[in-house]
Amino acid sequence: MYLLKWLNDLGRYFLLLGRTFRKPESRSMYYKALISDLDLLGLNSLALVTVISVFVGAVVTIQTAFNLDDPLVPDYYVAIATRESIILEFSPTIVSLILAGKVGSNIASTIGSMRVSEQIDALEVMGVNPAAYLIAPKVFALVFFNPILIVISMFLGVLGGYLASMGGVMTVSDYVYGLTVDFVPYHVTYALIKSFVFAFLIVTISAYYGFFVKGGAIEVGINSTKAVVSSSVAIIVSNYMLTNLLLV
Amino acid sequence: MIEVNFIHKAFGDQEVLKGIDATFYQGKTNLIIGKSGSGKTVFLKSLVGLHEIDQGEIIYDDRALGTLNNKERKALRTEMGMVFQGNALFDSLTIEDNVTFALSMFSDMSLSERRDRADFCLQRVNLPNVHKQFPSELSGGMQKRVAIARAISMNPKYLFCDEPNSGLDPKTAIVIDRLLQEITQEFDITTVINTHDMNSVIEIGDHIMFIKDGTKAWQGTGEEILNTDNPEIVDFVYSSRLFQKIREKL
Repeated sequence: MYLLKWLNDLGRYFLLLGRTFRKPESRSMYYKALISDLDLLGLNSLALVTVISVFVGAVVTIQTAFNLDDPLVPDYYVAIATRESIILEFSPTIVSLILAGKVGSNIASTIGSMRVSEQIDALEVMGVNPAAYLIAPKVFALVFFNPILIVISMFLGVLGGYLASMGGVMTVSDYVYGLTVDFVPYHVTYALIKSFVFAFLIVTISAYYGFFVKGGAIEVGINSTKAVVSSSVAIIVSNYMLTNLLLV
Repeated sequence: MIEVNFIHKAFGDQEVLKGIDATFYQGKTNLIIGKSGSGKTVFLKSLVGLHEIDQGEIIYDDRALGTLNNKERKALRTEMGMVFQGNALFDSLTIEDNVTFALSMFSDMSLSERRDRADFCLQRVNLPNVHKQFPSELSGGMQKRVAIARAISMNPKYLFCDEPNSGLDPKTAIVIDRLLQEITQEFDITTVINTHDMNSVIEIGDHIMFIKDGTKAWQGTGEEILNTDNPEIVDFVYSSRLFQKIREKL
């Protein structure tokens, strides 16, 4: 029974995607929506990403230094571990999970509220494709902006580690040296590929839960929660699959 | 003119519309009345294609809705305007942007032409100075008038209203009713209005259809409904003491 419901949801999700990526009725109106979504989903997330990245970068450095407190392990290994943790996992995956909470619930509740207040019906009666108008600009906005946020997060995470090293965990010169040792540029590419995929999943899954809300305010809340949970699970599972595909 | 032939609609096991036939005339206010839960809203949403019907056909001036492809259906929808029960105004847009939304989407009008059209529509519903306000800043009656202005912005051939005066005080409700009637006659629109408000029936009902339990129980004119002996209509129309007293005097 549960499997049937899941398959039904999956089918409806792909049908919604089919309706989303259609020719727009008016390029200028979609462009306006895109600009607004870039601000709402991208720029508005910058402060959160900044705070989290700096502090997590600092904490990772302190914890790694604490755990590698061995005379046989050079201090600059701490910087290598911090850099790799941030580039490979923290920035693309954990930041995307946090954005799934912030952006995902916003998308699901916005679209869900439009559904229960018949605004989506109003679009449909006008002859506008509501899936395309409401979802496609959000997909393009986050798929474009998420990699930018992730790169900023990588930089700030490493900066957080640097600030922690200034606090006396290790020498700053060891930290800076460690950042450059055995650096593999492909890891950044891998992280960016993940960030594209995660952005797509966050928007489309959240939009799906908003688009098919039935009922009122309580159901909008329930579906927003479902959107966050489902997009988080999708991120975790696809993270494993992408890592197997791209790194192994 | 809209012709409806024997339409059926069910949600799961629950059959909501059970073979309704109807004709809605151009330049007339066509009213659909019935108790809450009788299937009025499902019927109206089926008419505009928001619900796919299970059986029957809906014909818009020789165009059968069910046989239209996506492009034709979109073209037909640009000829429709709809006023929703809760207004369904886009709350993130200003009143002017709400009214010009469909024009921005589908017309080649310049910005100034669209603004002129918004001016005209808002003037027509007696709301001349609300262009830059947001829907949440307006009263229920004003929001309803904005919804009507938005619905007529594309010069529709068909206007649908789902309980346009629900939640309004009696005086504002009559203003809205009369506005709909004036617009219908002025622009020669086929207007279909869902209501359970007997004041509306008496004020503006040119052609009335009574739905009961998903079937058409009666149809006639505004004059006929006051004089009919159909027990279901009498029970519905004269349910309030005020109307019972009016009937006694008729």
